Amino acid sequence: MCQECGCGKAAEYAVDGVPQKGGSRLVRLDAPIPITHTHDGHEHTHEHDHEHPHTHALDLQVGVLDKNARLAERNRGYFHGKDVLAVNVLSSPGSGKTALIERMIAELDGKRGVGVIVGDLETDNDAQRLRRAGAQAVQVTTGTVCHLDAEMVARAAEKLDFADVGLLLIENVGNLVCPAAYDLGEDLRAVLLSVTEGEDKPLKYPTIFKSAHVVIVNKIDIAEAVGFQRELALDNIRRVAPQAAIFELSARTGEGIDAWWEYLERCLRSMDEPHGAP
Amino acid sequence: MHELGIVEDALEIAFEHARRVDAERIHRVTMRIGAISGVAPDALRFAFDVATRETMAEGSAFEVELVPVRCRCVECESEFAPDGLFYECPACRTLSADILAGREIELTSLEVS
Repeated sequence: MCQECGCGKAAEYAVDGVPQKGGSRLVRLDAPIPITHTHDGHEHTHEHDHEHPHTHALDLQVGVLDKNARLAERNRGYFHGKDVLAVNVLSSPGSGKTALIERMIAELDGKRGVGVIVGDLETDNDAQRLRRAGAQAVQVTTGTVCHLDAEMVARAAEKLDFADVGLLLIENVGNLVCPAAYDLGEDLRAVLLSVTEGEDKPLKYPTIFKSAHVVIVNKIDIAEAVGFQRELALDNIRRVAPQAAIFELSARTGEGIDAWWEYLERCLRSMDEPHGAP
Repeated sequence: MHELGIVEDALEIAFEHARRVDAERIHRVTMRIGAISGVAPDALRFAFDVATRETMAEGSAFEVELVPVRCRCVECESEFAPDGLFYECPACRTLSADILAGREIELTSLEVS
């Protein structure tokens, strides 16, 4: 139906080129939900050992993405158990997600291992690029699906050696709509906005900005050349996403990267602190 | 843009519950969709017609209840329904990110026989 974003029917995807079939061994529907039948003016629950020629209502109240949410929580627990900080990086295509991740790998310079899960509809170009930069990288090719989901992240995470990973970066499929609905089990959700995209992106795609912990304005080195109205853009971000910390930087030149880096370092240090009861 | 996938997930849950009560047909499906869920109701309706073909829900009625956004003010703790994209508390003008409702993507009920 929606060829524009590639969203499609079959959720068949590949992890590092290996097709993944069937439901994840990590995913299953939990306890059955009580069903209330409403018909003939009364409600009752019952076993089904008799005919039901009449229609009746099943009251469900189920979250359609509950299965994803449960698996995301499982991912989160798994990452925490490995003392890994997981960051979900989201943006439209071409806003600089891969360049930012390359810059972060370079900044860490082996002090803390970086694992990357990269989502794209096709190719493993980004994973190759990030491996060359020094990270463990797993490519999820989603085929026709316009976002990563928690199951894909769980499958890809199985390929990473977490003994050498302290920071997990999840480069989501380039798209400002669909990925917003899917919790992957991340600790931080970082939404990128590059100066070439227009100051009104937060107004056009409020849902994803409202879900962000961090908004990163990227490519500030070319802001002047493209006539970027900085104050207007920042005002739009602050008003749509008052919860988000904002960083302005250039992943290419490194300008402004320090503030983002300090923020991330604080998050990483908090992972090192003992959890649970004081 | 991911509405077909959402509908398919919803139908998978619906079929499971319908089978559990030995139903043969689904006559009506109702969903609740939040205003900032990222799901477009019109696209969802279109996807529903496509996804139910040759299934026990083919030809069934599809109803979408839209859930408006409700927020809680982080300053004065009053609850309010925001007007527009900026969730500003009408009482104290504080911008809020504490969203109580509006993100729902729920399968609420089925009518089966």
